[in-house]
Amino acid sequence: MRAVIAEDSVLLRIGLVKVLETAGFDVVAETGDAEALLAAMEEHRPGLAVLDVRMPPGFTDEGVRAALVIRKQWPDTAVLLLSQYVEERYAADLLSGDTRGVGYLLKERVADVEEFIDALRRVAGGGTALDPQVVSQLLLRRHSDPLDRLTPRERDVLELMASGRSNAGIAEGLVVSESAVAKHINSILAKLDLPKADADHRRVLAVLRFLGVG
Amino acid sequence: MRIPIPLRRPFDGAGRAAVFLAVGGLVQFGALAVLAVPWLDGGPTRATSCLLALAVMTGVLGAACPVLTRAQRARFRAWLGVEIPVAGRSWSWRQVGYHLVAGPLIALGGALTLLLWAAAAVAATVYVWVWALPPDTRPAQVGYAVQAAYLTVAGLAGLYGAAWLSRALVRLDTRAATDRLGPSRAEVLEQRVEEVAASRAGVVDAADAERRRIERDLHDGAQQRLVSMAVNLGLAKVTLKDLPEEARQVIDEAHREAKEAIAELGNLVRGLHPAVLEDRGLDAALSGIAERTPLPVGLTVDLADRPAPTVEAVAYFVVSEALANVVKHARANRADVRVERRGGILLVVVTDDGVGGADPTGGSGLAGLAKRVASVDGTFSISSPVGGPTVVTVELPCAP
Repeated sequence: MRAVIAEDSVLLRIGLVKVLETAGFDVVAETGDAEALLAAMEEHRPGLAVLDVRMPPGFTDEGVRAALVIRKQWPDTAVLLLSQYVEERYAADLLSGDTRGVGYLLKERVADVEEFIDALRRVAGGGTALDPQVVSQLLLRRHSDPLDRLTPRERDVLELMASGRSNAGIAEGLVVSESAVAKHINSILAKLDLPKADADHRRVLAVLRFLGVG
Repeated sequence: MRIPIPLRRPFDGAGRAAVFLAVGGLVQFGALAVLAVPWLDGGPTRATSCLLALAVMTGVLGAACPVLTRAQRARFRAWLGVEIPVAGRSWSWRQVGYHLVAGPLIALGGALTLLLWAAAAVAATVYVWVWALPPDTRPAQVGYAVQAAYLTVAGLAGLYGAAWLSRALVRLDTRAATDRLGPSRAEVLEQRVEEVAASRAGVVDAADAERRRIERDLHDGAQQRLVSMAVNLGLAKVTLKDLPEEARQVIDEAHREAKEAIAELGNLVRGLHPAVLEDRGLDAALSGIAERTPLPVGLTVDLADRPAPTVEAVAYFVVSEALANVVKHARANRADVRVERRGGILLVVVTDDGVGGADPTGGSGLAGLAKRVASVDGTFSISSPVGGPTVVTVELPCAP
């Protein structure tokens, strides 16, 4: 799959290119700012765009705004945002609407290459990858009554679920069996009055919608 | 012949002082003459009418106060090069007092001094008169050399005294005018306080801007390099599978340390100035703090628009520090943060359900917090009875 990268730090950009190539992506363009990224999008129509939040010229949230443009103009392109800080508001912007093929991770997650490659493939395949930090921020914000009904373990499962993990991934993360995870999820969906759904990303969609960003 | 300095000194600038006093006398007597206007044509004779006429003319003088004050300022500037500071108000009883009392008295002294100048000058030059006048009009006695000598000496002493008096009166007049026509002590203090407040605000803003600059430098410099190093080490871990075990361990170790350094640097940078605060404001930045706090935090931010960056930064650090205190000392189960604007005040309230007993004078972060709030003229109060709950209330001024 073709990919483009927008990251103003040259060092990190080189690293990102290597990681993406290791993961089997074909990096067709690497740019240092959002404007050049959008031009590259127009030219290459890649399947995946990886971009930094803070880029020239303003060094604020250019990446988030570029990501929104990409979501709107090229809805088939998966978008992975990288940020030095994960802040819930950026995620809320990014996730408003369709959550398919969206990722939002801390930059330092790139260093855990295998996990990062896993997240890259998930996003490129139409899934979701949200940083655990942002998920807990989202949960905190909307800690309304239904969430209070969850047990701590169910909350853990919900967090991992919202970050885009599959049942197997959740089971691995919490060191429990997959059937236990399935049971927890059924219980959560019941407590949150959510209809049962099949596909993984639909679960995330449901969770996020419940959280008020979807 | 050189005149000894002690003898010469009173005469330095004495001429200028005399002219200054003469002009002052003209202005003052001119002003006082206004009081005499009702009597030009006979005038009132009954006591009550006299008082009424005086009161009216005093009122007229009072009304002319700004003009008189300007005239006096011009006189000081022209003859002495002294700038009387402009008062905050163009009219005050202090100014009227100068024009009606202090000024005329000094002018009277000036007139007497000028008279002394004249008399002393005549006496000192008695020999000239004696020889210059026609013989039949010459005063009979001054012909005696002894009396003329006495008179000359007395005249010289008179000149010396007049010079000394002129300078003393000028000093007195300058003091009185500065004191009465310039700004009052309260006005001077008020102005000074304004200046100090402005310069402090400047310092606070500058410190805030500096934190931001450091944050940017770290963010775009050291942090990026560390991340890129960690990425390269991570790649090495993944791609270099056939390395000896020892080399793998070294890479592992370096990778972990790089990630820890990133996390530490991240916390440091966030403590300096959180990037999200600048980008998205208080609500977004505070939700970040609330999330990182290891206990449930309810957060309500009710702001229609964003306060000034410095106020935002103080509010952010108030919440950050207060929550850190809750975690460290309060043994609380939950905390609540409320931020709202009430008119020109940004109200920040942090509540916890802990054990209370927080001492704002103790070594905790509370003292530093109070100082930080004071730096933008905010107020800080804490209610923390033993047994709880603790409520920290901060009010920060922000233009509505």
